[in-house]
Amino acid sequence: MRWLRTILEEVFGLFVDDGSFAIAIIVWLGITWFLSVHILADIRWSGVVLFGGLVAILIESVTRRARQ
Amino acid sequence: MIVDWTHAWPTMLAAFLASLVEFVEALTVVLAVGTVRGWRGALIGTGSALGLLLLIVLALGPALTKIPLGEVQLVVGGLLLLFGMRWLRKAILRSAGVIPLHDEETAYAKETESLRRQGGIGRGWDTVAIATSFKITMLEGLEVIFIVIAVGAGGVGLLIPASVGAVAALLLVVVLGVVVHKPLSTVPENTLKFIVGVLLSAFGAFWVGEGMGLSWPGDDWSILGLTLGFLVFALLSIQLCRSRATARASLADR
Repeated sequence: MRWLRTILEEVFGLFVDDGSFAIAIIVWLGITWFLSVHILADIRWSGVVLFGGLVAILIESVTRRARQ
Repeated sequence: MIVDWTHAWPTMLAAFLASLVEFVEALTVVLAVGTVRGWRGALIGTGSALGLLLLIVLALGPALTKIPLGEVQLVVGGLLLLFGMRWLRKAILRSAGVIPLHDEETAYAKETESLRRQGGIGRGWDTVAIATSFKITMLEGLEVIFIVIAVGAGGVGLLIPASVGAVAALLLVVVLGVVVHKPLSTVPENTLKFIVGVLLSAFGAFWVGEGMGLSWPGDDWSILGLTLGFLVFALLSIQLCRSRATARASLADR
């Protein structure tokens, strides 16, 4: 069963490299989903809010890694 | 089957470039196996994995079309965002010199050394050769299947241009592998990963937004805007990382 575990680990690794980066993306998707139902439903171009958060997460993650 | 050409060309390009990176990585290991342990085992392992991948595609493909589009876009778009932004993050850090570049020559040398250390080659089945080439083809192939499904998530018609892009990348790498017969180290892998990271992040954000019912400026054309947006901020991030890394290095020198 070691080969199966290796494959599962590799598949997991496709999506998650830096844990905090992946968690931040998932949390932001959850927040945007919640907002899309309650607040953003009537707002034009609400997709821009999703994009803005994703870009902020990306910039924060790479600059933090560069400082380490 | 109707192909929406607004999405078709970026879908095909994204699938082609992303698959190209994966196939180049697989080729490096298969070449190492073939050179060190013989081509019989390398080709049996690669062929078996390709056969299994084909079965997975045949099983998953029709099932995927039965799931409501909104749910597919939300789930696949979320996974595509994780996948694409991970690539983009790594490519930014590599471009800024924070982490080392991936080198196919080094990967090839490491793989051949590891294969040589794994004992002699008998007359029967070379399990090391078969298992190694099977594993790498399976892993990189699964990534390609995911990429094709993910970038084609906008509609059933988009799976065709995505598949065409992936098959074109496979054919190109096979032809180059046969002709060049060594790792394709001249392929600018980090630049490709950077471009693909930008494209997959843009597609992922768009599909997730569509799945959530968000509205985009310019509707479908906003994929182009998202691509440019991710590109601009990614290039800006490289500059930011370079300055942070330089500041860190000068502090360490004091």
